[in-house]
Amino acid sequence: MGNNGQVSVVVTGLGATTPLGGDAASTWSAMLAGTSGVQRITESWVDALPVKIAAPAVVDPVAVIGRVQARKMDRCEQFALVAAREAWADAGAPEIDPYRLGVAVSSGIGGIGSTLSAYDALRDKGWERISPYTVPMLMPNGAAGWISIEFGAKAGAHALVSACASGAETIGYGIDMIRSGRADMVIAGGSEAAIMALNLGAFAVMRAMSTRNDEPERASRPFDKGRDGFVLGEGAGVVVLESLEHALARKARIYAVAAGAGYSSDAHHISLGAPNGEGVTFAMKAALRDAGVTPAQVVHVNAHATSTPGGDPLEARAIGTAFGDDAAGVVVSATKSMTGHLLGGAGAIESVASIMALVDRMAPPTINLDDPDDDLAIDVATKPRSLAPRIPGAPMAVLNDAFGFGGHNVALVFTEYIPLATEA
Amino acid sequence: MTDQEILAGLAEIIEEIAGTPADEVTASASFIEDLDIDSLSMVEIAVAAQDKFGVEIPDEQLKDLKTVQDVVTFVAKSS
Repeated sequence: MGNNGQVSVVVTGLGATTPLGGDAASTWSAMLAGTSGVQRITESWVDALPVKIAAPAVVDPVAVIGRVQARKMDRCEQFALVAAREAWADAGAPEIDPYRLGVAVSSGIGGIGSTLSAYDALRDKGWERISPYTVPMLMPNGAAGWISIEFGAKAGAHALVSACASGAETIGYGIDMIRSGRADMVIAGGSEAAIMALNLGAFAVMRAMSTRNDEPERASRPFDKGRDGFVLGEGAGVVVLESLEHALARKARIYAVAAGAGYSSDAHHISLGAPNGEGVTFAMKAALRDAGVTPAQVVHVNAHATSTPGGDPLEARAIGTAFGDDAAGVVVSATKSMTGHLLGGAGAIESVASIMALVDRMAPPTINLDDPDDDLAIDVATKPRSLAPRIPGAPMAVLNDAFGFGGHNVALVFTEYIPLATEA
Repeated sequence: MTDQEILAGLAEIIEEIAGTPADEVTASASFIEDLDIDSLSMVEIAVAAQDKFGVEIPDEQLKDLKTVQDVVTFVAKSS
């Protein structure tokens, strides 16, 4: 049993397809190497926009899925399926009662590319030339549906949408599905495929995006004084969650304990964070409480830190408040400095990174942090930093933040899995 | 157009939409059972057939076209 007598939930599979690599292992090693996935966009549509940089996925999902199936799926759904296949195989692809396997996968925006091309078809060729798969391609729950079909998951397929917190909220929901007894295993994560003119224009008009077009690799620079907005990335991250009991029974490899989740909503502004980071602090504290973890156990935070002028300092202050005197021992990383911002995929790939940090006992670097904000009171790693337990005998914990337009705040806590003598 | 030519053209459409290689598409194949083509993909096939053969397949006809030969016969009769 976990905290508060709840069922313990563990992570037994990881998958990712990102601007740094086509799988979780290559993404993680590129992160440790401090690689930037940001590059100049070469297509001509970018000419009309102030933003000319993005972080495209390294591996084309169509090449993985195959042309015939891929033509029924939005790119966002394709990324999700690729990451889910990797995570499920990584978990050992066990035989399981279909009604004990759930899915919680979503996206911030959904199949916007399919929406746009369907509209082009409607306008230029007429309604009969719209793909009959358009509706299942544009709906943000499409990825959850496809994944449930692929793996025969019948315990429920859910798509919690909370903008850039989506990929973390789904993992929190997956934990709840297992705790509440609805499932033994849940495939959970998030995906996004939004590198196209409308989205870059729509974020640019909010003045949310970096226009450091001449130095793409240096554009995403969380906590640095020279930051001027986020860089849009694409891809997906997926984890396989499982009850500890089920994982032990099948002798699964256990990466970490998915120990808890915390939530809040700012109730302040539709796209701006609350001024003092109060909601963010609340979510982090709630996650620690839910996980039964003390602040001093936390060795690493994978921050939401998108490289916007306003957002990063709010989160930095909130980390300081949430951890109090223990904040000094927390190594913070902002991996969006390398991947760009994957919107609904962000919380999921950053959960994968958080779990790998715990497994390897290594925090990834934050690149481009050349000139930190003057009042930056948290310890942000600029090089890979080894992690060590702060309290002898207590498992190390890591925390992943994810926040979304709408005022959604999510924090997830993962801890080291230390087998009891009776379990080994 | 001969039945053989219609079959060849239809097989190309099926390869594009459903992935079955054109040279493996037989006249007797059932769309649902043999070619794994669902009702949404049948809509795509009907539109592509209209473009290729200049024959419109009304919805009420489309639901009765169960095999590749059914479509070949319909197109041959209507063109």
